[in-house]
Amino acid sequence: MKPRNIVFIVAYAIALTGISLWMGQLSYSWFPPQASAESLLIDKLFAFLVTLGTFIFLGITGVMIYSVVFQRATKYDFSDGPHIEGNVTLEVVWTAIPILLVFWLAGYSYYIYDQMAIRGPMEMMHLSMGHGDTTTAVEEQPTEEIEVISKQWAWVFRYPKSNVTSTELHLPANHRIKLALTSEDVLHGLYIPAFRVKQDIVPNETIDFEFTPIKEGTYRLRDSQFSGTYFATMQTNVVVESPEDYQTWLAEAKKRKPSPAYNQAAAEYSEHTQRTFKTGWPTVIPADPPVVNYSKNESPLSPL
Amino acid sequence: MTDSQVKTTNIITESYQDLSARNWKRYFSFSTDHKVIGIQYLVTSFIFFLIGGIFAMVIRGELITPEADLVDRTFYNGMFTMHGTIMLFLWTFPSLVGLANYLVPIMIGAKDMAFPRLNAAAFWMVPIVGTLMMASFFVPSGSAQSGWWSYPPVSLQNPTGQLITGQFLWILAVAISGVSSIMGAVNIVTTVVKMRAPGMTFFRMPIFVWAVFSAQIIQLFGLPALTAGAVMLLFDLTVGTSFFDPSQGGNPILFQHFFWFYSHPAVYVIILPIFGIFSEIFPVYSRKPLFGYKIVAISSLLIAAVSGLVWVHHMYASGTPGWMRMLFMLSTMCVSVPTGIKVFAWVATIWGGKLRLNTAMLFAMGALIMFIFAGVTGIMLSAVPVDIHVNNTYFVVGHFHYVLYGTVTMGMYAAIYHWFPKMTGRMYYESWGQVHFWLAFIGTNLNFLPMHPLGLQGMLRRVASYDPEYTFWNVLASLGAFLLGMSTLPFIVNMVSSWIQGPIAPSNPWRAIGLEWLIASPPPVENFEDTPIIVSEPYSYGKSDPLVSNLEGVLGHHE
Ligand code: HEM
Ligand SMILES: [Cu+2]
Ligand SMILES: [Cu+2]
Repeated sequence: MKPRNIVFIVAYAIALTGISLWMGQLSYSWFPPQASAESLLIDKLFAFLVTLGTFIFLGITGVMIYSVVFQRATKYDFSDGPHIEGNVTLEVVWTAIPILLVFWLAGYSYYIYDQMAIRGPMEMMHLSMGHGDTTTAVEEQPTEEIEVISKQWAWVFRYPKSNVTSTELHLPANHRIKLALTSEDVLHGLYIPAFRVKQDIVPNETIDFEFTPIKEGTYRLRDSQFSGTYFATMQTNVVVESPEDYQTWLAEAKKRKPSPAYNQAAAEYSEHTQRTFKTGWPTVIPADPPVVNYSKNESPLSPL
Repeated sequence: MTDSQVKTTNIITESYQDLSARNWKRYFSFSTDHKVIGIQYLVTSFIFFLIGGIFAMVIRGELITPEADLVDRTFYNGMFTMHGTIMLFLWTFPSLVGLANYLVPIMIGAKDMAFPRLNAAAFWMVPIVGTLMMASFFVPSGSAQSGWWSYPPVSLQNPTGQLITGQFLWILAVAISGVSSIMGAVNIVTTVVKMRAPGMTFFRMPIFVWAVFSAQIIQLFGLPALTAGAVMLLFDLTVGTSFFDPSQGGNPILFQHFFWFYSHPAVYVIILPIFGIFSEIFPVYSRKPLFGYKIVAISSLLIAAVSGLVWVHHMYASGTPGWMRMLFMLSTMCVSVPTGIKVFAWVATIWGGKLRLNTAMLFAMGALIMFIFAGVTGIMLSAVPVDIHVNNTYFVVGHFHYVLYGTVTMGMYAAIYHWFPKMTGRMYYESWGQVHFWLAFIGTNLNFLPMHPLGLQGMLRRVASYDPEYTFWNVLASLGAFLLGMSTLPFIVNMVSSWIQGPIAPSNPWRAIGLEWLIASPPPVENFEDTPIIVSEPYSYGKSDPLVSNLEGVLGHHE
């Protein structure tokens, strides 16, 4: 290879590396706020994948674009290119690279997953994935156990210790939370984008699910598993507050009389909808609005 | 290729041109000619592509504003369910089978498929499937609304209480399309194994044949699982069995295993032939042999094999324990090895070539670039922690449309442009093709790139309304979608007008190497006068070996 080419390739690789690292850093801004310990880990893994992915994508397309620009046949050139059928060294290298990458990626993803220590279903029966040290000082054992009841199309949260029910999920910051997920009808999915956590909820099963919120604020909780006609309306707020505020909220909610909560699916079903195009196809009737101690009659305007 | 070969192969055989022009009616008949059936598949599936596309426009029209204000929610759910189903079962599968039908027998030197009648029967089930699907809009319950996965229990909910519902028709249609695909797969696999011309060893087959062969093997082991799942679902829905119905003790997760055991490999049934198309097109327009031919051929089979071991990556967030998540993460990532080999081979083929950017080459290169992008996001999805966040969000929708539109549909366009002169005997208008490419390329990226940030921020798929913070990217995506919808117009105009009155095509307009380019455009009824005797490797650009030893006989010029 000519020295000039080598210089060119090295320069290109350095430029690529720079751009890729920059993209990796940029990727942190593509997410909602990092409101849970898990989000720190996932964003880190994602940034790593973006860095690597940018390098691969630009590396390969760069070569292609170079060919398109500089290796075009001229108008009257009908001859063939060089007859190159293969190159064993190159092929071996190019097979080895993805194999190594796969093990690296899988290993790193495993490491991150292990640190997240999400207790998915049936975790106890299988590998015990211990906690590594998460980047923030959070408790190891869940302090708060909350029952989550999902149905078409509403969320209800029950705090068994204080006997409070709510359609809004309140959580104390920096405590490990344990949810017991149940569904009364179809598959639903618990998903809080700011926490980066998600778990399907299966009827007839109680699925334990753990995570740790670390940032106070109000976030959205959505249904992530398509659950029928009013699927899109099945969202609510998650409020992460200081442990003191949380206790105050619990105490106050407890004093309230249970009353029917606002429910968008039920509201839409009963109201005469104004749409350009209406089919009137029958739908599963939304469950009655849940009767809870605490609810917020809000329209679904939300922070990211 | 030798000069004399170019000369002989460029003889325009007028009589065949007349034959095709006068005989357009045969495309509407129960023909057993694999070429007629191929075109029947292609045209039928393209019509469904347009219908599925109109549904996509409705979806994107709804999503241009946060509120659910264009159509009602039930109809919206019907739209995305039917869009997905039609695009997969009535566009990608049949169009690729159509292309395989047309090309595979010619490429291996056969006169027809192994079972011509079975072939025709398999095709005629496609319009039946389509009619059933469309009929579902006219039953009182409306069309199926539970997504193309039709996960129970949602798919088992039947508020009308009637037997014949949209969901019922949907399951029936999917099952019939499965039967049709199995018939097609048996036929293609048998044809490749049994009907190759003398000298056409496995390692002399064009990669397109390898790819189709590998893909159809997947159909053979995968489809029975889907069909079984569909039949069990049908029983649950109609006669009250409870395989999947949790209210009666059934297990809905079991359905997901049945479903994905087939439907993951199914994406390779779709993508492998596209890899084959890439492997045919890059050498021709780069004028170089396919780099690493053997390893590319074998990697097709490897992909088919590994594809059977990765289905649980669609269920990371479902009732899947941690150890299983980790195992399937590893197997999923492994698919990137044979795929990476192929990408490398294509880039190395292009590198140092003498590129001609015809429409077909543009589409193939554009598709390859978008495939690499999809591959990068695919790796992200395979990593369990990332998938836990983006699963079922628009990130996934963006990813798989880069595969299904950016790669598969664009690759299909490349194939149609490349083989159009061969199939019709006419040339298309190059400038219209270029316009089509640029509209489609810009439209695809404008449509599907914004879906990635949407997903990362937490916008879920299958929602008819969304929180206002997602508006910006949704508007961009919808504009891209309308542009993409428009991009099909120059294509249709070009194809229809060229077919009727385009310039007469020579037998080998691209100076390509391959059996199909030796014979007239369009090929005569039995393809070859004498069975060709193959004497050299495919893709021998830059060499002057003859491809067959009995060229005169093959063309019927006995002197
Ligand atoms: C103009 C082109 C297209 C547009 C604008 C478009 C748009 C969309 C949108 C917005 C969704 C998400 C629906 C939802 O989850 O709510 C969707 C789903 C889907 N699309 Fe497309 N699409 C296009 C072309 C295609 C093509 C060419 C294919 C296949 C070859 C395809 C296959 C699918 C599939 C399988 C789904 C999933 C459906 C489901 O979730 O049940 N789409 N499309
Ligand atoms: Cu739900
Ligand atoms: Cu998959």
